[in-house]
Amino acid sequence: MLSFFSKPRIQGGIHAEGHKAATATQPIVYTFPLPEKLYIPLQQHVGKPAEPLIRVGDKVLKGQLLAYSQGLISAPVHAPSSGIILDVNDYPAPHPSALPIRMIVLETDGKDEWIDTQTITDPFQLPPEDISLRVGAAGIVGLGGATFPTAVKLNMGRENHIDILIINGAECEPYLSCDDRLMQERAEQIIDGVRIMLHGMDTKNAVVAIEDNKPLAFKAMQTAALPYPQIKVMQIPTRYPMGWDRQLIRFVTGREVPVGCRSSEIGVTIHNVGTAHAVHKAIRYGQPLVARVITVSGGAVNRPMNVEVPLGTLIAELFAFCQVDAENTARIIMGGPMMGDALPHTGLPTVKATSGILALTQDELKNTDEQACIRCARCVSVCPAGLRPLDMANNIRINQLDAAVDLGLKDCISCGCCSFICPSNIPLVQYFKYASGEVAARQQAQHKSEQTKRLIDARNARMERIAQQQLEEEQARIAAKLERERLKAEQEVSA
Amino acid sequence: MIVHKKPTSGAHIGAKVTVNHIMWQVVLALVPATAFGLWCFGWPALNLFVITVASALFFEAFCIRLKGKPAKPVLMDGSALLTGWLLAMTLPPWAPWWIGVVGAGLAIILGKQVYGGLGQNLFNPAMLARVALLISFPIEMTSWIDVSPLFFSQSPGLVDSWRITFEGMASFDAATGATTLGYIKTEFSQNHLLSEILKDYSGFLNFIGWTRGSLGETSTLLLLIGGIWLIKQGIIDWYIPGSLLLTVALLAAGFHAIDSQHYVSPLLHLSSGGLMCVAFFIATDYVTSPNTKLGQLVFGGGCGLLIFVIRTWGAYPEGSGFAGLLMNAATPLIDYYIRPRIYGRDRQGKPLEIPK
Amino acid sequence: MYVLSAIISLTLLGLFLGLLLGIAAKYLKVESSPIVDELEALLPGSQCGQCGFPGCRPAAEALAEGKAAATMCPPGGSALAEQIAALLGLDLDLTEVKEPELLVARVSEATCTGCTRCFKVCPTDAIVGAPKQIHAVVADACIGCKKCVDVCPTECLQMHPIEVTLRNWRWAKPVLPEMSNSLC
Repeated sequence: MLSFFSKPRIQGGIHAEGHKAATATQPIVYTFPLPEKLYIPLQQHVGKPAEPLIRVGDKVLKGQLLAYSQGLISAPVHAPSSGIILDVNDYPAPHPSALPIRMIVLETDGKDEWIDTQTITDPFQLPPEDISLRVGAAGIVGLGGATFPTAVKLNMGRENHIDILIINGAECEPYLSCDDRLMQERAEQIIDGVRIMLHGMDTKNAVVAIEDNKPLAFKAMQTAALPYPQIKVMQIPTRYPMGWDRQLIRFVTGREVPVGCRSSEIGVTIHNVGTAHAVHKAIRYGQPLVARVITVSGGAVNRPMNVEVPLGTLIAELFAFCQVDAENTARIIMGGPMMGDALPHTGLPTVKATSGILALTQDELKNTDEQACIRCARCVSVCPAGLRPLDMANNIRINQLDAAVDLGLKDCISCGCCSFICPSNIPLVQYFKYASGEVAARQQAQHKSEQTKRLIDARNARMERIAQQQLEEEQARIAAKLERERLKAEQEVSA
Repeated sequence: MIVHKKPTSGAHIGAKVTVNHIMWQVVLALVPATAFGLWCFGWPALNLFVITVASALFFEAFCIRLKGKPAKPVLMDGSALLTGWLLAMTLPPWAPWWIGVVGAGLAIILGKQVYGGLGQNLFNPAMLARVALLISFPIEMTSWIDVSPLFFSQSPGLVDSWRITFEGMASFDAATGATTLGYIKTEFSQNHLLSEILKDYSGFLNFIGWTRGSLGETSTLLLLIGGIWLIKQGIIDWYIPGSLLLTVALLAAGFHAIDSQHYVSPLLHLSSGGLMCVAFFIATDYVTSPNTKLGQLVFGGGCGLLIFVIRTWGAYPEGSGFAGLLMNAATPLIDYYIRPRIYGRDRQGKPLEIPK
Repeated sequence: MYVLSAIISLTLLGLFLGLLLGIAAKYLKVESSPIVDELEALLPGSQCGQCGFPGCRPAAEALAEGKAAATMCPPGGSALAEQIAALLGLDLDLTEVKEPELLVARVSEATCTGCTRCFKVCPTDAIVGAPKQIHAVVADACIGCKKCVDVCPTECLQMHPIEVTLRNWRWAKPVLPEMSNSLC
C-alpha cells in the first residue's frame, strides 16, 4: 500500500510483441566467413572522428590501430582483420540518408592474424586511471547504441564519486537478443568486465538489471555474480523503454536525472552488458573492439541468428549469410524496430553501434495511412518522458516550432512509444525529429546572419578606414605640395 | 542489394488498434442496450433509430463532399455512425422523424464539421444535438411512451409505426407519462414527499430498463455491462466513468442521509436518466475530454457534480447532457493546467535540482 | 417620449465615452518605438536586393508601413520571418512559405583569372585570393547575394545549392497523405 503513494518508478511505456524467441534460443554463431573487404568508418562514436595514421597500401594486422582519437571525446579505430589498406575515402554511411562519410577500406588477406597483444592476469593491481586509458585505447564505446566513449564515462565516474554502477541488460527493443545471448553464454566474462569497471571508477557497488523476459540470462548472470557481493543482479519488469538509461536509473535507484545533467552528477553511471564484455576483453587480453555480436532477425530472414562479425562488414554480406529474402523485405532497419533507423540499401557497413539488423516484411510494419488525430491521448499515457505528443505534433504541423519547444520538444527521446500506439498512424516521432532538426537549423541560420552582420560591419569599417587613409594621404599630399610651392616662392623672393 | 529510397523514422512496428477498430468496439458495446431499447419501445423506435443514423451518415458524406474530398474513407471510420447512434439512443423513442433528421444535422454539421471534422470539435456532437433539440422542441423531446415491447398486444404494428413516426404520436392511442426523474420533479413542486412519490417505484425494473425513458438509455444494467466491457478492452479508461459515478453516488448518499424525504437515493440516481450512457459513452469521448489521468478524474468529478446539482436544484429533471457540455467547455482549461510532469523537471517545467 | 429619452441618453453616453477615449489617447499614449530601426537591425544588412527593395533600410520601412509581408526576405528564411512577425505582432502563416533553396557561390578553377573583381564586391569578405591567383569562396560566409556572379568577366563564379552532408542532413516533415484519388 505504501508503494502506491511513493513516487512512481515507471512512467509510460508500452508492451510490444517480443519476436525474440527466433534468435534468443540459439547460440551465437562464430562462423561468419571473413569478408573480402571491410569498410571502417572513422566516426563510429559520439564526438570527433578519428584521424587515420595509415597510408593506402599499408599492410596491417588484426587489432592494429588505424586511426587515433582526436580531442577529449573521441575513440580510436582498429583493424578488424589483417590485410591491406585499399582506400581512405568517402563511402555511404549506415544512416537513413546514406550520405558519404570517411571510411578506411581494408582488403582482408584471410589469415586474420592478430597483432601482439598484452595479457594482464591481475587488472586490479593497475591504477584506476590506467584502466580508463586502456579502455580508451581499445576504442570501446557504449555498445547499447549510444556509442559514447566508455573511457570518458569511466573518468567522469571517478571524478564525480559514483556510488552505484548500473549495468543495462534490459534489451527492451523487440527482435533484438544479442545482449540476452551474450549474458547467457559469457556471464562470467561480463561480470569480470563489471568488476574491472568498478575498479576503474573507484565505485563500490554495481547492479545488473535484466528484464524478466530473459530468465535464462538472469540465472546465468546471478550464478556468475555469486562470488562477488558488490554486484547485485536484479530482474526488472518487461516494458519498453525500460532500457532508456534515465528510466532504468529511476527504477533501480529511485533517483531522477535532472534535465541538462549527466547521470554521473547524481552519483550513477550506466553501461551496457556488451560494453562490460568488451572491457573484459580489452583489459584481460589487450584486444581492442574489432568485432561485435549482431542480431539478424525479422520476417524476411530465413536464418535469423545472433552472429559475431568484424566491424565494417557490409550488411549485404550479413544478409547473404542469414539468407534474407530480398523479395519480401519491405524495410531494412539498423537497431531495434522502435528506435532504429530505416536504411536505404544494404551496401552499408556495420559499426560499433549496430546491435541488430532487421529485415521486416510489410506485414510486420506499422500501417502508414495517416488519419486525423482523435485526441485519444494514448500517446500521452505511454510517453516515458511525460510529454504530450499530440499537442506537440499539432503545433509542428502548422510550423509553430516555438510552441512545440515550449511543450518539451527538447525532452523527447525519440523512443517511438507514441508512434507505436497511435491509432491514427500519425508519424509522431518523425514530426519531432523534423522539428528538432529545423530548430537547430534555424539557430544556425540566426548564428550565420549574426556572423554575416559582423562581417559586413567589419568590411564597412575597413572600407571607411581605407577611405579615411586615402583622404589623409591626399590631404598630406596637397599640404606638401602647398609647402613646396611656399618654399619655392620664398626662395624666389629671397633670390 | 535491396534498395528503399524514402527515409522513414521509427517506430517501425505498431499496435494493431486503429481508429476504425475503436469506433466499432464502442458500437459493439452499445448494441445490447440499444437492442433492448428497440425491443421495449417497438417499431416506431426502430424507425427513429434508422432515420437518425442514416441522416448522420448522409450529413457527414454531404459535408465531406462539400470539402471536395472522397466521402467513403471518412464514412468508414465509423465516427458518424457512432454519433448518430448515440444521438438516437438519447431521443424519446416515439419522437417524430424530423427530430431525428434535425438532430443528426445539428450533431454532424454544427457539432463536428464546422470545427473541422473528426478530432477538432469542442463539444460532444451527440450531446450538443440532444441539448439543442431539448431546448428547441421541449414537447417532442419530453413525450415518453410506456414500455410496449414488440410482439405484445399493446405494441403498434408496422403500418401504425410508420404513422407514428411520420404523422405524430397523436395518431395512435398510446399511454404516455413522465420519466422517473421528471415525475419526481413535478411532484416535488407540489410539495409531496419522496415516500409518497415513490410508492410505485421499482428499483429493479429501473435497473434492468423496464421503464419510460430515452430509446437506449433506460437499461442501466446493459449500459453498465457494455461500459465495463469497453474498459476491459482498453478502449476507455475507468477514470472518467469512475469519478463521475462516484461523485454522483457520494453526493446523493450524503444528501439522502441528511433528508431522505427531499433527496433521492443514490441508487435511483445511478439507475435513472442518461447517467450511465453519459458516464461510459459520452463523457469518455476522446476528443472532448482531457488528456491526462488526473485531468480525466477532475473532468468526471465535474460532470458528476453538475449532474447532481442540475437534477436536484435545477429546472430540468435530467442534467447529464448539460453537465457534459459544460465540462467539454472546461476541457481545454483542464488540459492547460493539468499536465504530466516531464522527466527530470518539476511541475513548472524547471529542471530538478541535483540532490546533495 | 421614451424614444426621445433613449436617444438623448445614448448620445450622452456616446459623447462621454468618446471623451474618455480621447483623454486616454492623449495622456496614456505609449511612445512608439523606432520600429524601422529595429526591423533594419533584424534584416541581414547585406543590401542584396533579393526582396525587390533597393536595400535593407527601404525594406524595413516597407515592413513597418505594412507594405511588405514578414516573409519577404529570402536569405533570412522562415527564422527571420518569425522574428519579424513577433516584432510586428503579425499572424504568420508559414505553411505556404517555402524555405528558400540556399545557394552559395563556387569558383570554377579552370576559368578563374585572378582578376580580384569578385572579392572587391563581396559584402561579407567571403571570397579570398590575390591578384593573378585563383580565388576561392568560403561557403560558411557566403550569403548568396550573387554580386560576384555579376562582375565576374569569365563567368567562372556560379551559384550552387549547398551540399547536403551528414552534418546538415535533416529529417523531412511528414507529408499529409492525400485521400485516395477516386471519389467514393
